[in-house]
Amino acid sequence: MSVADETSPPVRLPNEPAITPQIVAEHGLSPEEYQRALAIMGRTPTMVELGIFSAMWSEHCSYKSSKVWLKKLPTKAPWVIQGPGENAGVIDIGDGQAAVFKMESHNHPSYIEPYQGAATGVGGILRDVFTMGARPVANLNALRFGDPAHPRTRHLVSGVVAGIGGYGNCMGIPTVGGETNFHPAYNGNILVNAMTVGIAPADRIFYAAAAGLGNPLVYVGSKTGRDGIHGATMSSAEFNEDSESKRPTVQVGDPFVEKLLLEACMELMATDAIVAIQDMGAAGLTSSSFEMAAKGGLGVFVELDKVPMRETGMNPYELMLSESQERMLMVLKPGREELARKIFEKWELDFAVIGRLTDTQRMVLSWHGDIVGNIPIPPLVTEAPMYERPWTPTPLPAVLDAADVPAPEDWRASLLALMGCPDLASKAWIWHQYDHLIMGNTAIRPQDGDAALVRVPASASASHKGLAMTSDCTPRYVQAHPETGGRQAVAEAWRNITAVGARPLAVTDNMNFGNPQKPEIMGQFAGAIMGMAEACATLDFPVVSGNVSLYNETEGRPILPTPTIGAVGVIPDIAKAVGSRLTQAGLGIVLIGETAGWLGQSLYLREICGREEGAPPPVDLAAERRNGDFVRAQIEAGRVRACHDLSDGGLLVALAEMCIAGGTGMEVSLPPGLAVPRHAFLYGEDQARYVVATGCVDDLLEAATTAGVPAMALGYSGGPSLVIRDVLSLALSDIRTAHEAWLPTYMNATE
Amino acid sequence: MKARVHVTLKNGVLDPQGKAIGHSLNRLGFPEVGEVRQGKFIELELTETDKDKARQRLDEMCRKLLANTVIENYSIELVG
Amino acid sequence: MKAAVLVFPGSNREGDVAQAIELVSGRKPQMVWHGDADLPKVDLIVVPGGFSYGDYLRCGAMAAQSPVMGEVKRRAGQGVPVLGICNGFQIVTEAGLLPGTLMRNAHLKFVCADVHLKVETSQSLFTSRYQAGQVIRVPVAHAEGNYFADDETLKRLEDRGQIAFRYCAPDGTVDGTGNPNGSIRDIAGVFNETKTVMGLMPHPENAVEPMFGGTDGKALFEGLVEALT
Repeated sequence: MSVADETSPPVRLPNEPAITPQIVAEHGLSPEEYQRALAIMGRTPTMVELGIFSAMWSEHCSYKSSKVWLKKLPTKAPWVIQGPGENAGVIDIGDGQAAVFKMESHNHPSYIEPYQGAATGVGGILRDVFTMGARPVANLNALRFGDPAHPRTRHLVSGVVAGIGGYGNCMGIPTVGGETNFHPAYNGNILVNAMTVGIAPADRIFYAAAAGLGNPLVYVGSKTGRDGIHGATMSSAEFNEDSESKRPTVQVGDPFVEKLLLEACMELMATDAIVAIQDMGAAGLTSSSFEMAAKGGLGVFVELDKVPMRETGMNPYELMLSESQERMLMVLKPGREELARKIFEKWELDFAVIGRLTDTQRMVLSWHGDIVGNIPIPPLVTEAPMYERPWTPTPLPAVLDAADVPAPEDWRASLLALMGCPDLASKAWIWHQYDHLIMGNTAIRPQDGDAALVRVPASASASHKGLAMTSDCTPRYVQAHPETGGRQAVAEAWRNITAVGARPLAVTDNMNFGNPQKPEIMGQFAGAIMGMAEACATLDFPVVSGNVSLYNETEGRPILPTPTIGAVGVIPDIAKAVGSRLTQAGLGIVLIGETAGWLGQSLYLREICGREEGAPPPVDLAAERRNGDFVRAQIEAGRVRACHDLSDGGLLVALAEMCIAGGTGMEVSLPPGLAVPRHAFLYGEDQARYVVATGCVDDLLEAATTAGVPAMALGYSGGPSLVIRDVLSLALSDIRTAHEAWLPTYMNATE
Repeated sequence: MKARVHVTLKNGVLDPQGKAIGHSLNRLGFPEVGEVRQGKFIELELTETDKDKARQRLDEMCRKLLANTVIENYSIELVG
Repeated sequence: MKAAVLVFPGSNREGDVAQAIELVSGRKPQMVWHGDADLPKVDLIVVPGGFSYGDYLRCGAMAAQSPVMGEVKRRAGQGVPVLGICNGFQIVTEAGLLPGTLMRNAHLKFVCADVHLKVETSQSLFTSRYQAGQVIRVPVAHAEGNYFADDETLKRLEDRGQIAFRYCAPDGTVDGTGNPNGSIRDIAGVFNETKTVMGLMPHPENAVEPMFGGTDGKALFEGLVEALT
């Protein structure tokens, strides 16, 4: 059957409604956007075609509010194989190997149905990585929940954690790190950001760009049902009280099928059959087929009646927009269909040739012989809305003088309160529900180091490499001053990787913000990007992939601006890596970096004084670089037994964390002639700092002097307590109790 | 014809899921709920038309796969 | 030692146990797809961890009916040693090679954590390199590890020394405090009557390298290599 003439209007489906302004609005298109679509089509679109525009031009798929800013991020480095624009970013990690990684959000669905929302978030990001030919080796996640006292929080935590575990554990990929925060600003909009890192041969990466006129378009995986229709449009819209009734649009995941899909794809990828491959994520078949054709400069002819269907009576509109999970779209070399079919049938997955590539640069959809959709591809891409939304910057708040912050009435009580506060409390209740050991390569377990560390499966080199990974962000800093907060998030991720001895290589960013049509929110986005861009450039830390989630607001109340930074680095010899556990007595405790005692926006200020004010700590990128490179070199030289970078809660919290993780106390003193109040020194959140435990203090201090890096010996490890002379002495068992009690008690409470 | 199989835990086998459900109902304002046992409901479409034959085959299906007779009981209902 | 590791749709720790076996025996085991009723002649059959068939219906229920398991049962009947780990333990009990069954963890959550096990006997080729009463530390990672058997079966197991491991406190005390899933009598692993088939919920294969979880699991594989090479 021949491809229809470009100008012939497609057939309308039975009972198809006429397009009205209301239907256009329901599809999330503005009147102006609809006019643009009309101009491209040269006629009124059919419902299927309208659905396609609505999906491709949704915020989630088109990045229309964010693209103009995302372009400012540095994306290149000699070790970057593939930057943003593909399913995931790809970096060279040496020995012919590449790391493939990305972070994605699944915020809105997780609020509506926490288990499935989080589970399918994990499923989606896993597919984004293995679609490029990389076997996933680690998962991380950044979770932000509302106030623990909010009636929904407990249910959300329980569901999200169970969902992440349920999906990741079944897939057999270790979940090795992440962060979990609580703040009232997330009460109506939780954040679930899931990151996956995979390994692939550097010369065998699979991309999405379709090629080869006439090549078959092949669908594999689960059958298509009615899941999540309008998910992409739904995720771009703000919540209001009707959200509860949006439940049917949430997708349901089947990790068992995705495990089969992973194995089948890996098997097929070992042959030469695949030309291009893309997973079906948001906007399912629409976005995947569209993007493959667009990237290849080709057209595509799709026979929708050939799509494997799970339900009866499905129509082309539903088939194009369904977000049924665990499906991939491939372009195969001609003649390779049977080879591929056998593999997918062995793994008991659906396999169907549903179309072919054409040279018309149009997407033509056929349904039982009738053309039901006919859209030109390049204009949909080039005319895609791109907004330069008005924005207002957040002014830098006044610097908070430490003198205006009261010292703790009771030092012990203040430390115990901080260690047990929701943001700092042990998250063991969470990560014990994640299999973090499967694959047998986990060198640093959750809470044992600033970054997760997994062994890279052996390649030609004699020593095993380690892949360090982290996710970090301090949203209260971003709220106070977005540019500083953006800079700080990148710097802290960089420090996390450095603290285990690895060299930070690249970033994946997950931008979670409120409504971009509000200038102050757009200003937060712009500010964060500018801060991130500066840090990425100075630290040689390019962004290779990312995701944007906007409209995280309920009843007009936005979340804290949260640019989650996921990062990956490499240590050439994993045997040299260090964690943050203090396990030996007699080690020197050395503080690296300058401390001016910055209490603005600190956790001490918030948790102990009940205030959220002041400018956030400034980030001196040159100092970050200098101090971090020094610490990494000392680790490489074998002078470091444990290392912890400083962040929330400052020095005192960092020391306490090192002690209880390793079961060894310490006795340290404040430096003589301290120019700042003691609580500013101990709880200030100055950046660019680390604590190292070393067996050779003098050598290390001398090296620091040579490197121009501030370093100060504080004391020695040993004993059953954390002792800060003339300030406090606290038994480790007491600190541990406070640290470990909060979350399980909270989750087990029955109100 | 259609067959409906109920698979339930044997008495004496601890059912933590049932217990959790019972407690949740109590907390939701249904204090009248006592013990709760959770089971499985499996519905099968059969091409077999002879009721006795179907029952015999279903019995075999239950013993072989659908129920773990170490800890579970099963009951079979034929419809249509 | 020639070993075979079975692979079902949804198995996911076959790589871990293959790695451990290669580390200890020096020889890569053969990976056998569940659909092959042809099992090669081997000294040891390993049924690995995972979520075979998605754990649908019951863990291990459908895998137990796979073509390859028919052959495994025959070989077990001939005395070929069979090791079932986690989902493998579930499959082997469903297949009738071991008594009892594994149910949902009592606290209803998946748990991945180190546990301490008391080795109940060294009189088996799986535990010959441990001392009876020795306490070892290995990880668990499961949501359905709650071992159950009726009183009659339990009596038989105890009387015949068929309990292989029990969850204990770090000092070896078996009093429930070290039990991660509520299993009856803190049972973590059991033998069949001839002690040629063993199933256990914990993962010794994830405790064979110092940097990756400790090495207390290594002796289990060393015992097998010693007996079967």
